[in-house]
Amino acid sequence: MELRILAPTGALGAGFDKGAFARGVAACPDVIACDAGSTDSGPAALGSGIPKLSVQAVTRDLRLLLKARDELGVPLIIGSCGTAGRDTGVDQVAGIARRIAAEENLSFKLGLIYSDQPAARLQELYDAGRIKPLAHAPAIDRELFERSHTVAMMGIEPIQEALGAGCDVILAGRASDTALFAAVPHQRGANPGLTWHMAKTIECGAACAIPPSADPMFVTLRDDHFDVTTLADGSRLTPRSIAAHTLYENADPYHIAEPSGVLDTSEATYEAVDERTVRVRGAQYRPADGYTNKLEGAELVGYQTVIVGGVRDRIVIDALPKLIPVAKQYFESKIREVFDGTVDPSSVEIDYRLYGTGAVLGDNEPGSLHPGELGVVITVTAPDQPTAHAVATFVAHASSHLPIVEYEGLVSTLAYPYSPPEMDRGALYRFTLNHVATDVTPTELFRTVTEEL
Amino acid sequence: MTTLLDYCSLVRSKNAGPFSLTFDFICKDQETYEDLVATGFLNRNLFATLYGTDPDHILVVNHPLALAVKVSLPRPVVQGDVRDADCYAGQQYAPLMDMEVVRSGAESEDGQQLLPAEASCIG
Repeated sequence: MELRILAPTGALGAGFDKGAFARGVAACPDVIACDAGSTDSGPAALGSGIPKLSVQAVTRDLRLLLKARDELGVPLIIGSCGTAGRDTGVDQVAGIARRIAAEENLSFKLGLIYSDQPAARLQELYDAGRIKPLAHAPAIDRELFERSHTVAMMGIEPIQEALGAGCDVILAGRASDTALFAAVPHQRGANPGLTWHMAKTIECGAACAIPPSADPMFVTLRDDHFDVTTLADGSRLTPRSIAAHTLYENADPYHIAEPSGVLDTSEATYEAVDERTVRVRGAQYRPADGYTNKLEGAELVGYQTVIVGGVRDRIVIDALPKLIPVAKQYFESKIREVFDGTVDPSSVEIDYRLYGTGAVLGDNEPGSLHPGELGVVITVTAPDQPTAHAVATFVAHASSHLPIVEYEGLVSTLAYPYSPPEMDRGALYRFTLNHVATDVTPTELFRTVTEEL
Repeated sequence: MTTLLDYCSLVRSKNAGPFSLTFDFICKDQETYEDLVATGFLNRNLFATLYGTDPDHILVVNHPLALAVKVSLPRPVVQGDVRDADCYAGQQYAPLMDMEVVRSGAESEDGQQLLPAEASCIG
């Protein structure tokens, strides 16, 4: 058996190289797949439903993929649409696909797989003790599901069901990246260990190439090995660069969990075929006792207004850290006064980050840093945006006029690059779940809709 | 003085999902990999001290084919939360790179410690 899989990019909308993609299409893949999302850019996309990448960038990539799929007559599978894989993300990418189909005169059967989870269903699972924590999971309670927007991460089965229904283009909500590449090979009886390892290897496109890029990768999967080839211009692969990709964004490089079991790469071997191709063998797949779907959730924390400034005066640089606690006390009384008691100061957080003295590592900064210039980011977090903004206006004003004891008169202590200095950042969200739903059937948490275009 | 950067061609930190922080120390060649592993320097106690966590929650894995040592631990602050200043956890390795690599007695107990396998499913 031989199956060919084209992974055009590490993320739909990242902008892959057209020439490299054309080389992949010319190699006649049996399926084209890629993801369009991740939790890696933070909780905002899941909390708000607003994708990380622009409509323009997604349209550009999707047009190339839809045209290639049409030319080849093979399935195109895209997962985690709209960054978080929310229903709104699937709908957004579907809207783009419909527009491209009309513009390019393409016809195909479209399958949309939704993964949003209603609170009532999650509470039912929770009550039945079927929501279990993964490593370092936060504490949860029943009410959380009402506050939180939750998606379930699908495995291969909902995708295979859509393929079985004759879908040519599948736009999935939240999906395990590997499932997108593994769905077709599993369906055609490929070796499970090799299939999952192949999928893990190419899920980020040419991220494992030298130099790394968001460009296409190609896999030829056979009975006892797979060959992975970089298509990016001037890039190469080495056995080591492929082996090292199991490390990427993963806690354990040898045991990689999927909804139905665990990929074990501890016996895998890697050998060079040529400068651009590595041959991989030996991974095992161990089916789990029961099926699980990972759950991801995000809840609204508050609204933020930020102020950016800088300090160059060495006396102010030394004085500022000591003045901040005093300033915070002043702000507390100012909040009571300005809002006439209607805003509780404890509901507003005013956070100073002093870049140059250890803001990046925070409490874990082991060094004692002595900057010649200080970057200051003040973040006001409040229950609503108008409150955050109103507080930020007097925080900005007072923070640039802090009393410096070494000086007799008034100095401006913060250099603001913008007028006005405060900027409304919008909502802040927090990840709420690192859990799995247990003892589920592989498709029960997902909903598929098909349409002919 | 020999630092981690003398052994490694890449030192990086990343999210492994929103709740885990992971470090990759990819060595320059076979010799530096073997030397680094033999020092036992990258052990759970070091990371427990630097990142304020319990050594029992830290996973250290040696990966000979990648010539790499991987260390994973609970994220000190959950990704994107109000106190998080590094959404991708991409700069958390910085204090390690110039540290002097000294031999530690802890190597025998590390390098094999495994978390529950589901810890790594981030999709």
